Amino acid sequence: MHRIKEIYKWLEARLQLEGPLKDAALHPVPRNTASWWYVFGSAAFTLLFLQIVTGILLALVYVPSAGEAWSSLNVLNHQLELGWFLRAMHGWGSNFMVAVVLVHMAQVFMFGSYKYPRELTWVLGVFLLLMTLGMAFTGQVLRFDQDAYWGLGIGASITSRIPIVGGSLVHLLLGGPIIAGATLSRFFALHVFVVPGSMLLFASLHVWMVLKLGINEWPMPGRIVRRSTYLQEYHDLTHKEGAPFVPVAFWKDVIFSGAVIAAVAVCAFVFGPYGPSGQPDPNIVQTVPKPDFFFLWIYAALAYLPPSMETPFILIAPVIGIAILLGLPFYASEGEKSWYRRPVAVIVLCTVAISWGVLTHLATFTPWSPHMNAWSGDPVPPRYLHDATPLVRQGAVVFQSKQCRNCHAVGGVGGQRGPTLDSIATRMTEDQMIRQVLQGGGNMPAYGKNLPPPEVTALVTFLETLHPPNEPPAVDGSQKEVQTSQIVASSGSKK
Amino acid sequence: MSYDVVMKNEQQEGEKLTVSRRWLLLYAGVAFNGLVGLALATPVIRYLLSPVKRDAAYKSWITLGPVADFPLGETRLATFINPFRKPWDGETAGVTCYVRRIAAAQFQVFAVNCAHLGCPVRWFPQSQLFMCPCHGGAYYADGARASGPPERGLFTYDYKISDGQLQIHAGQMPTLSNTAKLVTIGNVKGKSQCTG
Repeated sequence: MHRIKEIYKWLEARLQLEGPLKDAALHPVPRNTASWWYVFGSAAFTLLFLQIVTGILLALVYVPSAGEAWSSLNVLNHQLELGWFLRAMHGWGSNFMVAVVLVHMAQVFMFGSYKYPRELTWVLGVFLLLMTLGMAFTGQVLRFDQDAYWGLGIGASITSRIPIVGGSLVHLLLGGPIIAGATLSRFFALHVFVVPGSMLLFASLHVWMVLKLGINEWPMPGRIVRRSTYLQEYHDLTHKEGAPFVPVAFWKDVIFSGAVIAAVAVCAFVFGPYGPSGQPDPNIVQTVPKPDFFFLWIYAALAYLPPSMETPFILIAPVIGIAILLGLPFYASEGEKSWYRRPVAVIVLCTVAISWGVLTHLATFTPWSPHMNAWSGDPVPPRYLHDATPLVRQGAVVFQSKQCRNCHAVGGVGGQRGPTLDSIATRMTEDQMIRQVLQGGGNMPAYGKNLPPPEVTALVTFLETLHPPNEPPAVDGSQKEVQTSQIVASSGSKK
Repeated sequence: MSYDVVMKNEQQEGEKLTVSRRWLLLYAGVAFNGLVGLALATPVIRYLLSPVKRDAAYKSWITLGPVADFPLGETRLATFINPFRKPWDGETAGVTCYVRRIAAAQFQVFAVNCAHLGCPVRWFPQSQLFMCPCHGGAYYADGARASGPPERGLFTYDYKISDGQLQIHAGQMPTLSNTAKLVTIGNVKGKSQCTG
């Protein structure tokens, strides 16, 4: 014991870290910030270190070469003892990190923490969020599989829409004319050196400012932030009724961080690593690329934008979004912090959260994408063909073989791009169906060139049978009128 | 003005002078480092920008195989190796395209990348449509846009027939910023209007 004390003294005489560390640990914080709401920032910081450690462990084996990356990931998954677990830890760690960073951001937004004098802390936080998302994207690229390959294609296509310099930026992004070895190498450099290095620097400054400026006090309705008085008020709050950060508030940080790491480990153990999916062979076109969870909302938004809006939206919306986030603490640096007095902030946060949730949910089952194998994989329900005439059955064959099923569901199975056709006969008359099949329109291709008239007749006859038992098929109102007027006319002429 | 004050002023000026000499040297040092940095930045920036080239520099004529491999009236998948391949590219050196033979010497060669966001479109000969699995873009057999989010038809490669071999002018991933801007939307007949 005595020996250890001696060593400690020897080190401390040279390092002189005890003073600043004690200051940092024991600085007084407002008593009610010792709350479970204040644990997300430290958890994000802990996750950053988890990612660095697991990342270094993976880098011991991973080969950042387009020709070898995919097989080195498979070696990690299947041949190296517990390689799968380390990959899973890194993958789930990334999911948790994005989630915790977003929750942390929502919390400091709701608590008005970005107001004077913590504007710069927020600004650095916005950059840290962007870098976290950048790490998630570049990490997905390093998992060099089909999703990564075509994800890069989407990235290049979006970049190419930038006016004038778009083409040059695509070359810079890919490191050449196509997605290949040079692309993976530069994403490796970004993911392993550039972005994590900047993140460490930014995160350290972020924490430094939290220590120097003090943690944001619990917002109270009516306690207004004013530049002239805030610093004094905060000083009084912390020094008169504050408590030392360690251990009063810190124990919750420690327990929550531990719980988050444990949760990552449990998820990694139970759900296993992400991919890699199929090999990144551009000659395999039988693939349905999809981004990782946190980019699904963008995937959904890109499917729903009208074509004319797309380029302006893709290029302008992110700039505006980031500008709003960066400008927020300067626009609203004074005033109320409490969410009871900030209805607009509450509505904005709810709207963003709900939109994000809805878009992400939609992107998990992609109703806008054709089901590429529905035509050959999902049979027409037998009940629709029971007692059917040969012509109707032939129509069902046309329906399947012309891939209508890829976009139209029948019996609850099939694509969802077009309307479900189980009761189509009640909505469209025969003539309307023929016109729709031949000319297309409303997001449906025209089949006029590819369907000979007998096939159209068979197809529409089949579609005419698709209506609930007690609901008659739609008929053209004018036809009825013509018929009745003919009857009236003929009976009139008889008189 | 008393003698004392004059002395003090002179002293202050003297101190100022001593300090600013040192500062001057420091400024000179910073400026020198700035110059060195600037001189180094030039090669670094040129190195970083080296992948940026004119589109033509990334293209060359590539053989897809004998014309006879592509049956008349059909659309077939064809693969080729990117002319700018590196030894460590692995599978990613390969590129895929669709070849549609319209007449004996009339072809259309489509890039596999959807004109929307670059996903690989799939050809369905039964319905004569290209469909994209990502956001549901669809194209007719001649590459014209049929439905979905794409703003235009499929990207086409220039082609020529030489010694009975079908050759295309390719080497770059087609995006809206290169091949695309030169092609008119609609039913492209015969030789591609793409010149980029």
